[in-house]
Amino acid sequence: MFAVRAAKRAPWAVVGEKIIEALVYFCGFSAIVFVLGIFVFVFKEALPIFAHEQFSLTEFLTSSDWYPTSESNKRYGVFAMIVGTASVTVLAMVIAVPFGLGAAIYLSEFCGQKTRETLKIVIELLAAVPSVVWGFIGLTVMSKLIVQYTGTPVGVNVLNGGLILALMSVPIIVSISEDALKAVPDSYREAAIALGVTRWQLVWRVLLPAAKQGLLAAVLLGVGRGVGETMAVLMATGHAVHIPHGVLDSVRTLTANIAAELGEAPAGSDHYRVLFLTGVLLFTLTFAVNLIADTIVRGIRRK
Amino acid sequence: MTAAENHIEVRDLRLSYGLKEVIHGISFGIRRHEILGVIGPAQSGKTSLLRCINRTIDFTPDTHVSGTIEVDGEDVRKVRSVYALRRKIGMVAPLPVGLPLSIYDNVAFAPRSAGLHRRADLDAIVEQCLRQAALWDEVKDRLESLGTKLSGGQQQRLTIARALSHQPEILCLDEFSIAIDPVTTMRIEDVLKELRKHMTIILVTNLTQQARRLADRTMFMWKGEIVELDTTEVIFGENPKDQRTRDYVEGIFG
Repeated sequence: MFAVRAAKRAPWAVVGEKIIEALVYFCGFSAIVFVLGIFVFVFKEALPIFAHEQFSLTEFLTSSDWYPTSESNKRYGVFAMIVGTASVTVLAMVIAVPFGLGAAIYLSEFCGQKTRETLKIVIELLAAVPSVVWGFIGLTVMSKLIVQYTGTPVGVNVLNGGLILALMSVPIIVSISEDALKAVPDSYREAAIALGVTRWQLVWRVLLPAAKQGLLAAVLLGVGRGVGETMAVLMATGHAVHIPHGVLDSVRTLTANIAAELGEAPAGSDHYRVLFLTGVLLFTLTFAVNLIADTIVRGIRRK
Repeated sequence: MTAAENHIEVRDLRLSYGLKEVIHGISFGIRRHEILGVIGPAQSGKTSLLRCINRTIDFTPDTHVSGTIEVDGEDVRKVRSVYALRRKIGMVAPLPVGLPLSIYDNVAFAPRSAGLHRRADLDAIVEQCLRQAALWDEVKDRLESLGTKLSGGQQQRLTIARALSHQPEILCLDEFSIAIDPVTTMRIEDVLKELRKHMTIILVTNLTQQARRLADRTMFMWKGEIVELDTTEVIFGENPKDQRTRDYVEGIFG
């Protein structure tokens, strides 16, 4: 009994603890450092463009003239691409959110143990498909189907990109939403069921409200994927700088534009810098989405 | 008293979780408007019994139930609507489970789910149930704040109010006083004495004295069997039929 009082921890254990503490501390802070670092370096490449007299930020954001290689009159307007990114993302979310939430509710509340295990494996496989493969499917399979069923001459467009992006986001939305629903304590389920509610009332009145933060996170990760996804949308949207008038128009997205042109823009040229500025814009957009999400979540929590 | 007059009639109830049988064929009846105390050590099948009565046991995978439980002469496994059955039975869990809703919405939850939406009706039910649970005076000015922000004892009374909100004929309380202080416990016990005029109450409790204070009859369960069921005076008196009953209520084992 007194052995415990007299015992001393080995010196290496004491030192080891300090080291691990420092390591964990470093890991925590490195996240901030990396984010800041990325922002600083991308911004640094873009910054000199502002010194250029002909360049105007308003024009960059509001004009849809994108002629970076014109001999006589170079114009850098990314508005069409902002619209492109937005339209593809919105369409993808309109499809993926109900579909993903529905699948998550089915998985977590309605299906049996065996079905759930099988479906989860399949869904995880879906998440593991590389984006270039999705792009390939968009370019070949989906585009043919779209031409066949809508009669439009070009199959690579907003609809194609949106569908592909929806298929890519669904696995993320499903697995995060399912986790959120599973995290609702079983005691809530029991309590509600004991009050005589049907399963659907249980989902609607208890589980969805209780899991709303996790569900919102799932949706926003989906949006994040939509805004940030590059390769698949590059291949599936047609890559035309053009403000779309319907889902059957081709568009170009901000990300696809950077991916396609950065290799050909001479380092340090205006074109190169504008592409980096597009990167800053993307960064700001995703940051804004996250910030809004955070505010909403916090608002929900306070209530 | 004949069997038909019993509010709940249990015949040869057996329950197993997987291969492990936890209730070994018990039979008993619960009379209308009585408080039946159910005492016994942990793992004796008390909570499982309650979950069989309102059929929430259905949600635990890999269970097997045999025998019959009749509520109002109707076999619970053959009722037309299991939801209607559950609304007939109010259930209060050992630890308060405030749904993540406002105090008002917690109590209005069951009526709304049953299809009642008129605000005036809901207001009346909410007030009545909160009064019955001796909580109204403490929360009447903040009905819209979250139920989970109440203190433990208040939350437990909120779950009692909620259990009353669908106007049950039977109220099951599963060790309701585990998480609350003695004063609140006493207040709720007074509430139960009052409620007994309107409904049948099954009081599962670890506190044998609580059964002694409240119950008309007391059932002593041990390892999935009924050791003895008799009037509370007999169970806690000089001469219970079974030696184990005497030992348990005197605190010698269990």
